[in-house]
Amino acid sequence: MADYKSSELLRFTTAGSVDDGKSTLIGRLLYDSKSIYQDQYDTIKATSERRGEETVNLALLTDGLKSEREQGITIDVAYRYFSTPKRKFIIADTPGHIQYTRNMVTGASTANVALVLVDARNGVVEQTKRHAIIASLLQIPHLVVCINKMDLVDYKEEAYDKIQRDFEQFAAKLDVKDVHFIPISALEGDNVVNRSTKMPWFEGQTLMYYLENVHIASDHNYIDVRFPVQYVIRPYSDEFHDYRGYAGRVAGGIIKVGDEVTLLPSGFSSKIANIVGAGGDQKEAFPPQSVTILLENDFDLSRGDMIVRKNNQPEVTQDVDIMLCWFDSNKPLKEKGKYTLLHTTQEVRCVIQKIRYKLDINTLHRDEEDSVIGMNDIGRIQIRTTKPLFADAYRKNRITGSVILVDEGTNNTIAAGMIV
Amino acid sequence: MNYHINHLQELESESIFILREVASKFENPVLMFSGGKDSILMVHLAYKAFYPAKVPFTLLHIDTGHNFEETLKFRDELVKKTGAKLIVGSVQDAIDSGMVTEEKGFSASRNGLQTAVLLDELEKGKFDAALGGARRDEEKARAKERFFSHRDDFGQWDPKNQRPELWNLFNAKHNLGEHFRVFPISNWTELDVWQYLAMEKVELPSLYYAHERLVIERDGVLLADSEYIPKKEGEKAFKEMVRCRTIGDVTCTGVWRSDAKTTEDIIEEIATTRMTERGGRTDDKRSETSMEDRKKKGYF
Repeated sequence: MADYKSSELLRFTTAGSVDDGKSTLIGRLLYDSKSIYQDQYDTIKATSERRGEETVNLALLTDGLKSEREQGITIDVAYRYFSTPKRKFIIADTPGHIQYTRNMVTGASTANVALVLVDARNGVVEQTKRHAIIASLLQIPHLVVCINKMDLVDYKEEAYDKIQRDFEQFAAKLDVKDVHFIPISALEGDNVVNRSTKMPWFEGQTLMYYLENVHIASDHNYIDVRFPVQYVIRPYSDEFHDYRGYAGRVAGGIIKVGDEVTLLPSGFSSKIANIVGAGGDQKEAFPPQSVTILLENDFDLSRGDMIVRKNNQPEVTQDVDIMLCWFDSNKPLKEKGKYTLLHTTQEVRCVIQKIRYKLDINTLHRDEEDSVIGMNDIGRIQIRTTKPLFADAYRKNRITGSVILVDEGTNNTIAAGMIV
Repeated sequence: MNYHINHLQELESESIFILREVASKFENPVLMFSGGKDSILMVHLAYKAFYPAKVPFTLLHIDTGHNFEETLKFRDELVKKTGAKLIVGSVQDAIDSGMVTEEKGFSASRNGLQTAVLLDELEKGKFDAALGGARRDEEKARAKERFFSHRDDFGQWDPKNQRPELWNLFNAKHNLGEHFRVFPISNWTELDVWQYLAMEKVELPSLYYAHERLVIERDGVLLADSEYIPKKEGEKAFKEMVRCRTIGDVTCTGVWRSDAKTTEDIIEEIATTRMTERGGRTDDKRSETSMEDRKKKGYF
């Protein structure tokens, strides 16, 4: 039981439609890892019986809202939780309908691992490619291709081999570093939590073993120091009279007491005098810790400013190229349109200077003739902001390289972008 | 040096980040405080987020008038200790003034009446953000909730029309009269909460630990014997070793047979239990979509 103090957090995303067995897989993970409570199990058992199903339908564990059941679809990302003695898991369960890009991109934005489900009978289809492309665009560090429904192809190695070959051939064009393949049957429980006895030819690990052991400690950027100032702590009390602490979450690098730092946008230099963490003073801070930083000479920073290391600075710029995913179903992206942009702890306005191309998310083809970016579309654009951003390429840092756009009329979040 | 934090520290860091975002992005935020472990956790995290400055949130307790005595005592001590400002919205006053009508019958509860009182207090106080300790693992409607949940000027939740949340970029834009519900501990499970409270040695109301109490049994759930729960014919109070897994109003909070006397005992118990946390909540059992329906209207 004392294990919980060394347990890591792993976030993963599953994308897919109703038919590829995604809900069954999540149900299976929860059930076989004993994360299901008796009363939950009794409820789905009763529902399965009422519907005349032969076995308990584990997919019902991920059943959602009334309005979703009425329409027979999932409308939104749902978050699910389970843990084993080794790790705590957060699943972003993203539906493949209507707002598929929006949902997948949302789930992918914080994930360490993406599970891509492939139906063993159908092989690599358009939707598989789309999932993989989004995982690659969003720079999810690890990708697992779960070749599901192996029971329906008699657990044959050939089916698995063909899918692995097809996927690898296609993935060569993508920017994914770590891809794993696992043949499973979510329905029968093969290679999900328990090792299958029906696929002796498969020498790899089960999905659960993978999730518990995949190396995620280097998923953050520990090299380039980036500390966006989130909030200024000023106690105004006798005891802490001149206290001015810069609170924030470390976005990159390892910050140490005594380090020489540069303050953006002023460019002034200072030194880290102290770091106060959730457990008290600490000598260093790293992602994703929330800490408060005290500087030796104070230059009155405010929210949106950034503390970085001398000689290692992000680009300070008003002109940025971004890969944009558009979410708004009411209107497309407008060239020359003006939007509010959120980046780290900064909020600025921006104007769309140029739509460079639209990306076909099934083939990766760049269409420079097509400049209509509508719902679910991805395109590369150039923007200009009212104030400089302290920006890194998304490939280098997922936190200092990401933005969202907000519609100034409706206040809705209408796009997500990755700095190129 | 291994640059690695455990899952509790990561959740803590995420929650502190959200609390600081609220303090930065809203003019008048309030923290909904029920006296339960989740809201005690929230106060603890808020203390850390703004140390050594004071917590910049007012506390708001919606009081049904049907409380466990221990809850109110704990609440008042915590307020004294932290120097926080506390507002109490009274369901009794709302009944007396005719704003809401009390339910009748054996399973009458003031649970649903809290929504009207809550929305009224948010409006009176001109609060633009209400921090809540709801968690996504509690219930399927809550599993779809955002960290920053936008509410229209009627306080309603529209699950089909939520703003996507990506990375750690939270869109808190709202028009005058609208407000946000913000849930900093969305990603915590019941077990995480207890493990963290144990790690941090946070003090909790005695109700959470096993104690002997007079109870009645109704529909398979044990309820605390109380003047607020009229007994049906044949129901008789008897003594049991019990504890609360959630603390709400006396009338809808089930108690559990338990011997867990310490926080570590509770962690052990939860890790092996076969029943969900809200399994003893009669307010959730009214229908399959009872939480979803209440949430849409503006419940916690």
